[in-house]
Amino acid sequence: MRARGRNLKRRLILFAGILLLLSPLRASAAAIAEREVLPNGMVLLHAERTGLPIVKVVLAIKAGSVAEPPSKEGLANLTADLLNEGTTTRSSRDISDAIEFVGGSLDTSGGADYATVTLSVLKKDVRLGFDLLSDVVLHPAFSEGEIARKKAVIKSSLIQQKEDPGTVASKAFLKAVFGDHPYGVPPEGTEESLDAITRQDIVGFYKAHYAPNNAIIAVVGDIGREELRALLDRFFGGWQPGEIADRPLPVLRKGDGPKVVRVQKDITQANVALGHLGISREDPDYYAVSVMNYILGGGGFASRLMDNIRDNKGLSYDVHSLFSANKFGGYFEAGLQTKNESANAAIGEILKEMERIRAEPVTDKELSDAKSYLTGSFPLRIDSDRKIASFLAAAEYYHLGLDYVDTYKEHISAVTKEDVLKAAKKYLDPKDYVLVIVGNLEKASLKY
Amino acid sequence: MSCQESRKRFKIKIVKNAAIIILFLGILLFPLGASALNVKEYHLDNGLKVLILEDHKAPTATFQIWYRVGSVDEKIGKTGLSHLLEHMMFKGTAAYGPKTFSQTIQRAGGMDNAFTSRDYTGYFELLASDRIGIPIGMEADRMRNLILTPQAVLSERDVVMEERRLRYDDDPENLLHQEALAAAFKDHPYRWPVIGWMSDLKTLDPADLVAHYNTYYEPNNAVIIVVGDVQSDQVLAEIKKAFGSIPGGPEIKRTHPAEDAQYGEKRVYVKKEAELPSVLIVYKVPGIGDDDGLALDVLAGILSGGKSSRLYHSLVYEKQIALSAWASYEGLYRDPFLFYAAATAAHGKKIEDVERSLLDEVEKMKKDPPSEREVRKAKNQIEASFVMDQDSIYMQARTIGSFEMAGGWRLIDRYLEGIRKVTAEDVRRVAAKYLVADRKTTGILIPEGKGKK
Repeated sequence: MRARGRNLKRRLILFAGILLLLSPLRASAAAIAEREVLPNGMVLLHAERTGLPIVKVVLAIKAGSVAEPPSKEGLANLTADLLNEGTTTRSSRDISDAIEFVGGSLDTSGGADYATVTLSVLKKDVRLGFDLLSDVVLHPAFSEGEIARKKAVIKSSLIQQKEDPGTVASKAFLKAVFGDHPYGVPPEGTEESLDAITRQDIVGFYKAHYAPNNAIIAVVGDIGREELRALLDRFFGGWQPGEIADRPLPVLRKGDGPKVVRVQKDITQANVALGHLGISREDPDYYAVSVMNYILGGGGFASRLMDNIRDNKGLSYDVHSLFSANKFGGYFEAGLQTKNESANAAIGEILKEMERIRAEPVTDKELSDAKSYLTGSFPLRIDSDRKIASFLAAAEYYHLGLDYVDTYKEHISAVTKEDVLKAAKKYLDPKDYVLVIVGNLEKASLKY
Repeated sequence: MSCQESRKRFKIKIVKNAAIIILFLGILLFPLGASALNVKEYHLDNGLKVLILEDHKAPTATFQIWYRVGSVDEKIGKTGLSHLLEHMMFKGTAAYGPKTFSQTIQRAGGMDNAFTSRDYTGYFELLASDRIGIPIGMEADRMRNLILTPQAVLSERDVVMEERRLRYDDDPENLLHQEALAAAFKDHPYRWPVIGWMSDLKTLDPADLVAHYNTYYEPNNAVIIVVGDVQSDQVLAEIKKAFGSIPGGPEIKRTHPAEDAQYGEKRVYVKKEAELPSVLIVYKVPGIGDDDGLALDVLAGILSGGKSSRLYHSLVYEKQIALSAWASYEGLYRDPFLFYAAATAAHGKKIEDVERSLLDEVEKMKKDPPSEREVRKAKNQIEASFVMDQDSIYMQARTIGSFEMAGGWRLIDRYLEGIRKVTAEDVRRVAAKYLVADRKTTGILIPEGKGKK
């Protein structure tokens, strides 16, 4: 069945995607791409791969929702979404018709840390692709008509999101964990915040953040250095650097005691999210936390949560835990769905597993299996042009280095049982957490 | 992919706009270009078919085994067996203890999963290509040596019931899809959902599951597909060594159900806690093996291939009455399946108006041929997707498998050739022939407000 559109999910995937991308490995000595800072400040990452006549480009602009001013929630996402809805010389349909006629795609996406514009074309259409990519990024029109149209679409999808209990739970969870911090607000904003955004806000945000010295371009596929250089000169050479002012972010604070959020819905399952603040992507404990979480609930059928709650008790289909680590902070979340009547039992098991991994060291086998997966699965994370392009943009943004394929492996290999125990004690809190439940509250009769 | 269940929840959510429709078409019908020609086909004495495609772009490979069994092979009162069996296949054998399949693959830095559709059940592993021997040994073992205790079956049945609640009972649009198909097909087994009816899951007899396994899991009912950085001879030798000694089973007797005649349009309504009403129209159409199927595929592209396509442009962009609008030709099935046209209302818009606008676009297709540029665009999208999909070894294997299950992987080439020949008049002709009342079932989702905050 067709997956359904939910902007929030999009952010969750972005989070998950980053986790995935960055939790890889296996040795490969050479740098994965060439890096160059162009004269106008844009960082270029280029990997020529000639196996297939295609070119994938990810242009990342440090203009995610963390950059938007308070009370203008949704501004960064709206700005990104409007890029391909008309330029000074092309209408929205001119753009979509041109790229779709050659079977390519040009998509925009607003994220929490950065916005992306993604181009996918056959090699023979690469010039057209760069022309369109440059036009939407450098000369967006932001017409009043398109702004009104896009706002209406986003508002409708915000309403549609309410019928998906998993999305409702995620949004309530992030809000409770992050409070006023931008990571707690959905990148699409809210119905009210969208109303308050004017064309002036959009143009102002664009001018403040869309500059080459605030952008990363990753180009992967069947295109050589010289041809790429000529295209960049032609289509991005005139893009002038600007002054970028960082927005001060609110300090993230832990709560004091459990906080429970209940949402009534007349459905068959209780959707549960339990967790709290986590770590930032640049935290040195990232690797110990990765190993620990794999064992707890990140490792699918190799994880304790799955083994206990699904395999042994048959209480849930999808049970997992994750540490989503972004630039300025992150969160830990354990989640599942279970029939309303088993909600208490399932939540109890999550807390029990959190206690257990904090109380006693993991086994030698658990440790070696986790490290073996995390290091051994790197080739899968970068086995296509599309994946490499996304990986390169993220690696640059989070300062991971082009030798990350090797350094990640070293970091993970160095993690000990003591490190895992220490990480569990430091970053899991089975007492002071946020618990969100969306479901039939009467049937669930929650005791938390 | 339409109507599939899977053992693990894929964490892939796609934003519903026209762009995804291309994606979906891409996944389903527009795969593999020239390299499809490089598939090597082998047959073992026990009837096992092996398809290998070497792709050396990255040091990874996928091993897949597809069994020709899905919900189409089930019976009233015992639906959902194929999908539950897929779950059970991860439970263990004498050689591989309980729960160790996935752990073994993950320890090797790989990932595994499985999928069940109406026509087939597939298992796959993705990993570094020098470790391809690991899944080969495991898949050979669990083809015949699965341990199926009644307790384990019933516990996993509970997991599947949770999966059903998640995917259908609490998901209004999936529920609408379930109900529309149950109405569209009268006597063909495509009428029930792959995951089965809740009432059948509740009364499940583990002995039926054992019988299902013993009947369908044998080498002469399976196809192995390997794509990636492998040497064909070498991998074939390993497959022969692991699977060669498994004796072929008796020939499987299949019924060939045909859907009986329909007498006029059918309509179903689903009243459910939801936010936005939506409409899903399905028409019974021939499969991809039929020349008309190719024109129907181009038709779907014209209606729904991106933001510049007719449905998006009219309903979402111009009229602004829909949040999303799409069409899709589902031709990769063993028996004839469906053409979909659907839309979700924008906030505050009436579903009657959305349905009328959707049907207006369908009627236009029946009246006048599309422009040459529209036909060209749809074909370009198909051809480009063929190339783009080769960026992923997994997608290539899925494509080879889907075509193989629907009639043979060589249909891929025939399909591409056929698409090139489709004319604007063909598109108009198939629209007029198939998008008609006697083939049509309409489902409407009516949101009910109960339980809102």
